[in-house]
Amino acid sequence: MAEKIRIKKGFNIPLAGAPSSIVTDDRLTSVFAISPDDFPGPVWKAVVKTDDKVNAGDPLLIDKASGKICLVSPVSGKVIDVHRGERRHIEYISVAKDSENGAVIISSEDSKNVKDQILRSGLWAMMRQRPFDVVPDPGVAPRDIFVTAFDSAPLAGELLSDDLKKWLEEGLKVLSTLTSGKVYLGIKPDSGITSNVAEVYEFEGPHPAGNVGTQIAAIKPVNKGETVWTIDAASAAKIGKLVKTGEIDLTATVAITGPDVKDPHLVRTLIGASIDSLLKDALVKEEGVRIISGNVLTGIRVQKNGFLHYPYRQITVIDEGEDADEFMGWASVNPGKFSVKRSFPAFLRGFSKPFHFDARIKGGHRAMILSGEYDKVFPFDIYPEFLLKAIMAKDIDKMEKLGIYEVAPEDFALPEFVDTSKIELQKTVREGLDYLRKELS
Amino acid sequence: MKGLKKKIDSVKPQFEKGGKFSKLHSVFDGFYTFLFTPNETSKSGVHIHDSNDSKRTMIMVVLALIPCCLFGMWNVGLQHALATGDPDHSLFHLFFYGFWAVLPQILTAYIVGLGIEFVVAQLRGHEIQEGFLVSGILIPMICPVSTPCWMLAVAVAFAVIFAKEVFGGTGYNFLNVALVTRAFLFFAYPSQMSGDNVFVSLGGANAVDGYSGATPLGQLAASTTGQVEVLGVTGDPLSYADMFFGFYPGSWGETSTFCILIGLVILLATGIASWRIVLSGIVGGFFMSLLAHNFATPLYPVTYLTPLEQLSLGGFAFAIVFMATDPVTACRTNIGKYIYGFLIGAVAIIIRCYNTGYPEGAMLAVLLMNCFASLIDYCVVNSNINRRLKRAIVKN
Repeated sequence: MAEKIRIKKGFNIPLAGAPSSIVTDDRLTSVFAISPDDFPGPVWKAVVKTDDKVNAGDPLLIDKASGKICLVSPVSGKVIDVHRGERRHIEYISVAKDSENGAVIISSEDSKNVKDQILRSGLWAMMRQRPFDVVPDPGVAPRDIFVTAFDSAPLAGELLSDDLKKWLEEGLKVLSTLTSGKVYLGIKPDSGITSNVAEVYEFEGPHPAGNVGTQIAAIKPVNKGETVWTIDAASAAKIGKLVKTGEIDLTATVAITGPDVKDPHLVRTLIGASIDSLLKDALVKEEGVRIISGNVLTGIRVQKNGFLHYPYRQITVIDEGEDADEFMGWASVNPGKFSVKRSFPAFLRGFSKPFHFDARIKGGHRAMILSGEYDKVFPFDIYPEFLLKAIMAKDIDKMEKLGIYEVAPEDFALPEFVDTSKIELQKTVREGLDYLRKELS
Repeated sequence: MKGLKKKIDSVKPQFEKGGKFSKLHSVFDGFYTFLFTPNETSKSGVHIHDSNDSKRTMIMVVLALIPCCLFGMWNVGLQHALATGDPDHSLFHLFFYGFWAVLPQILTAYIVGLGIEFVVAQLRGHEIQEGFLVSGILIPMICPVSTPCWMLAVAVAFAVIFAKEVFGGTGYNFLNVALVTRAFLFFAYPSQMSGDNVFVSLGGANAVDGYSGATPLGQLAASTTGQVEVLGVTGDPLSYADMFFGFYPGSWGETSTFCILIGLVILLATGIASWRIVLSGIVGGFFMSLLAHNFATPLYPVTYLTPLEQLSLGGFAFAIVFMATDPVTACRTNIGKYIYGFLIGAVAIIIRCYNTGYPEGAMLAVLLMNCFASLIDYCVVNSNINRRLKRAIVKN
């Protein structure tokens, strides 16, 4: 029987445009791309050139340090662009599909042991390590591995498809061989998931209950000098499938969501699919929208000609809102203006009915003024304001003491959403983690 | 509004860098964002934001101050009428007398304070910060009605520059700006800030026989006979209802505990003020006054006041609700807030009771605890740090 944990601090943002459970197949997309920036930590090296012919599952990028962690091509076809930005930094590698994928099997010589097999398949890069929220170093043994089986972010679809559900136990078994500690699985109430190899915890409560960081904090927080790995249940199931059958599962079930989507639903496609084909005829309007690969809290802003980014499971489309002219917005009594605070009348209307949000930050940037705002949506035994100040001051000693090893930028997404002073908290945390990693290496 | 916005947008380039009026950029930007919510969209991190911003927060505080402000104006008129024997006690007559008496102070505080904010924002290339919207109305409310405008101007300039801007502006100051202004006035111009003749505006008219303009706490502090009955301006004793509703002379915005409670309801309902600070502040004040009352002595006549009278008189309630809850200068941890509030309440009553040199202790109590707020937080945060260290040691 799973142990129950109730998350009290958090909030479910009532954003309009939740997906229905209808799943359609994507038959349009012909170009796919992998962006190394989605996988922080390693320095990535391209192993293909423009016009090279690749098969699905062939490596496109490998990490420079060990040469073992691969990011693989989702399809068979021709590399059309190794796109480089400033200082020849690789932004993405795109591949044009020339045939449908069959079962993508990697050759047996590449899979002498389970670890090499996962590294080679590209699924290793789907894992993250805490501290630092980076792709794990294969040379380090983690204390524990944490798996989350649900996504509680705004408008997120179901994380585990029925097809993958049956591979989950297999995946957890594989993961348990990678650590001398335990594998923990976080599930939502009534999900019916059980496991014999993992310790199962049931998380009840608002977002960020599904964030693996929240679950770690509630089960067994990360201490200085410890490393834990985290992974979502879908990727864990794919690892199970890989080890059992040798087949790399490159599919991705993507929830097309948001107030500007005509008919929010799920689409079955492959990782890195191009946005314009996924959103063909799907939007209420073409101009003045912001397309986000991911959810509204942690997603990446993409253009129409962009691609689906890690974790390859959601697209959210909202109004950009930059042409709105709101007269004296600070005096507004419009009940449609959302605020978690009762200084706006939105609370009278209740948060069960969805709201329309746009991308405006709705205020000016200020120093931290109000106190205790972040704590209300931050379910950690950490003082977020003090940790953030230590990060801003680049005080490594204080950062360590205040718990930076336990957090990832995504844990600060809700605090950033409610912040009256409109400070870029996730960016601050990311910079702090990168700074710390650089200084300590 | 579209037309107005178009018009303003058309002159905007002149205020940008390189434009004719680029030196007024911050001022222009301040007014522009006041009129129209900025259209800046998120560049990193979350893509949607809560509608609440610093402007809204500050406006809610100003809104919460309005009952006190309106009542205070009326009460200035009432005390004037009582003191001069003016028989006309009609609402509007009293209100407008008070309104005209305090308007110059409000204008002075805003013009000097916001003027400095504008200049500093421009020098630093910042946006104008709204903090002074609240300070600007708080300052006159906690001063005697007869405070000369030039004194107020000097004090406001001192407080805004040395208590706020040198530290980096709103959000970085460690002392409450309004209280620094009040403390500056109190110590720099003691004769005009205390005594029997500053809290009632006579407006040049002669006072009636038996008139005394001393505040209730002033009367007690000056009492040498052990007399503990407090009197109104005409010499009649004040009932508890008079004290609660604020019908007595004092710094004009802070006499009515009733109106302060209305403000408190607004602040707590909107979640802007911390209920922890208010609650523990009231508990601290009540506890200390109970203690003092039980050991009342003629040496310290204020100790004869009952706890309820202590909480209703003077600036205590105003300081707890509007000063102690200033989020920037208060403790930022929840546990710290309880300690901080309790100590403000207790220290305010201690100073009031046992230091006859200062008839009122709320201002000094808040300023003192402002200084200790970081220390309290430091201790609370350290307990979290120790917990984390312990966890690491046990596990390893």
